[in-house]
Amino acid sequence: MANRHGSRRRMYWRMVSSSLIRRASRLIIAVLAIAIGATILSGLVTIYYDIPDQLGREFRSYGANLIVLPGGEEKITPTTLARLREIIGESRIVGMAPYRYQTVKINEQPYIIAGTDLAQAEKNSPFWYVEGRWGNVQDTSSVMVGHEIAETLGLNLGDNFMVQGVRYGEQAEASGQNLSALENQKRDLARQNFHRTFTVCGIVTTGGAEEGFIFADIDMLDELIGDTYRADAVECSVVADAAELSAISARIEAEIPGLMPRAVRRLTQSQDIVLGKLQALVLLVTAVVLIITMISVYTTMMAMVAERRREIALKKALGAENRLVMSELLGEGVLLGFIGGAMGVYLGFEFAQRVSLNVFGRAINFQAALIPATIAMFIAITVLASIIPVRKVMDIHPAIVLKGE
Amino acid sequence: MSSTILELHNVSKIYGNLKALADINLSVNAGDWLSIMGPSGSGKTTMINIIGCMDTPSVGSVILDGVDISKENAASLTRIRRDKIGLIFQQFHLISYLTAVENVMVAQYYHSMPDEEEAMEALAKVGLADRARHLPAQLSGGEQQRVCIARALINSPQILLGDEPTGNLDEENEGIVVDIFRRLHEEGVTIIVVTHDPEVGDVAQRKIVLEHGRIVDDIDQSATFGEALKLKSNVSV
Repeated sequence: MANRHGSRRRMYWRMVSSSLIRRASRLIIAVLAIAIGATILSGLVTIYYDIPDQLGREFRSYGANLIVLPGGEEKITPTTLARLREIIGESRIVGMAPYRYQTVKINEQPYIIAGTDLAQAEKNSPFWYVEGRWGNVQDTSSVMVGHEIAETLGLNLGDNFMVQGVRYGEQAEASGQNLSALENQKRDLARQNFHRTFTVCGIVTTGGAEEGFIFADIDMLDELIGDTYRADAVECSVVADAAELSAISARIEAEIPGLMPRAVRRLTQSQDIVLGKLQALVLLVTAVVLIITMISVYTTMMAMVAERRREIALKKALGAENRLVMSELLGEGVLLGFIGGAMGVYLGFEFAQRVSLNVFGRAINFQAALIPATIAMFIAITVLASIIPVRKVMDIHPAIVLKGE
Repeated sequence: MSSTILELHNVSKIYGNLKALADINLSVNAGDWLSIMGPSGSGKTTMINIIGCMDTPSVGSVILDGVDISKENAASLTRIRRDKIGLIFQQFHLISYLTAVENVMVAQYYHSMPDEEEAMEALAKVGLADRARHLPAQLSGGEQQRVCIARALINSPQILLGDEPTGNLDEENEGIVVDIFRRLHEEGVTIIVVTHDPEVGDVAQRKIVLEHGRIVDDIDQSATFGEALKLKSNVSV
């Protein structure tokens, strides 16, 4: 019995595959229709799933979307920073810049120097306009100054200026009113104070508060003020939507007591709105493509059944029941869907890759689950679109069709 | 004593005002070779369609192998046709994308179980063993008709029905086909052939002539049967 069924199954697929292989030129339109549909569909689905990531990274150019502040007097240590990285997840982090703010004096006027990881700050703030260049860890004697400070102090690129301040934990002494300027300067240069000359390597213009800061390497600043690494805030640029960001914030609060994570809602909400609209558009286009593919397969199958009326009539004359003939045609539909779907997976990824590279400037990840999903979907679409044409088999009368020669 | 394999009792087929067949009575014994002749529109094809279970009579009954098929529904007729009838067509009607042996196996597939070895034997029987892997387009008309005969015979039908089986063949191939019929007849296969060709009609054991849907002549050719065959089947396979 099993052998009998095996033999019939083999013959079934032999007929179905022979029909496709030996009639390939006639079926090329159907395969192309399915392949194009599958290409667009799998491409759009790939983009659909990649958009949040791509767009999230795109939105990261608008600055940090998560600010982490210490809750009390305690500041953020390197250990805490490492834990933060772990909680947020390395793959989501575009940039994570700790900031330490220190008041210093320049020409006896108070200014704030912001010590940070300049490389991370640059990743966080690609929208900053920096005249000159960003500072870096290799050249700690060069700093960036805000546009406002540069104007006030008359600083230009390459100019040197000296900053002075009180070492960490030391008390500042007020300038003695009865002392001469020279004596006051001597006091400033005393053991509890620091001073250092920097060169302006970049002038920062942001249109915001950053223009009133001096940006230097955080390790250099720690060394200068004689303290260990302690950050006043950490600015994070994280690839996440509003909900994910809230979840991350909640986890930080739960796992690192004393920290206050704050999502920059304006940014995350804008991101979610744009993302929602884009995804709705992709869904709409996908639905249209599916309908067009179904119409195309339907008309092709309709033409195929009409073209093969004689063959169908012959099969019925030989004793084939309607369901057998219909199952053969549907089998061809399944194979067409499989071939078109498989072509679509490959071409769709190429399509999505090109779209992503051109629009977002980044490559996308291949979704392995798309292979079976696309193929299964296009088999289903082809079978669904074939049902009405295939049912026409029942209307074919062998005596009438075979006589009409 | 041969048993009766087919009986038509007062069979008529009416299309509107037209009587394609009118009150036909016919009895065919198992192993007979019957030819049905007549001009176009005489009802030959209607008759063979009814015998071949592809149509039903408007009036009368058709007893095939003891079963009245005139009242059967389409599904039953399909089953009976599959089990008892082998069909040969004027236009061959081979499936273009299947090879000769696959075309024979198709009939096996719809009947019971495909068996390539058996299909090859059937092709060998009609002299086409070496053409088994060819597609219909690669075969001559005569070869295609022989594939059609092999397909019709593969399920050992009780009646072999031919609708103008030599209508599209040249004389040489016509001779080959007639010779195959002769051998099948010797093996006891019941053959009913509709033909325009008097030479093909004459080689049968019995000939009926239809006109305007009625049998106008029923000729027993048993006496001249052998001679006519010798003359016609001049090419052996």
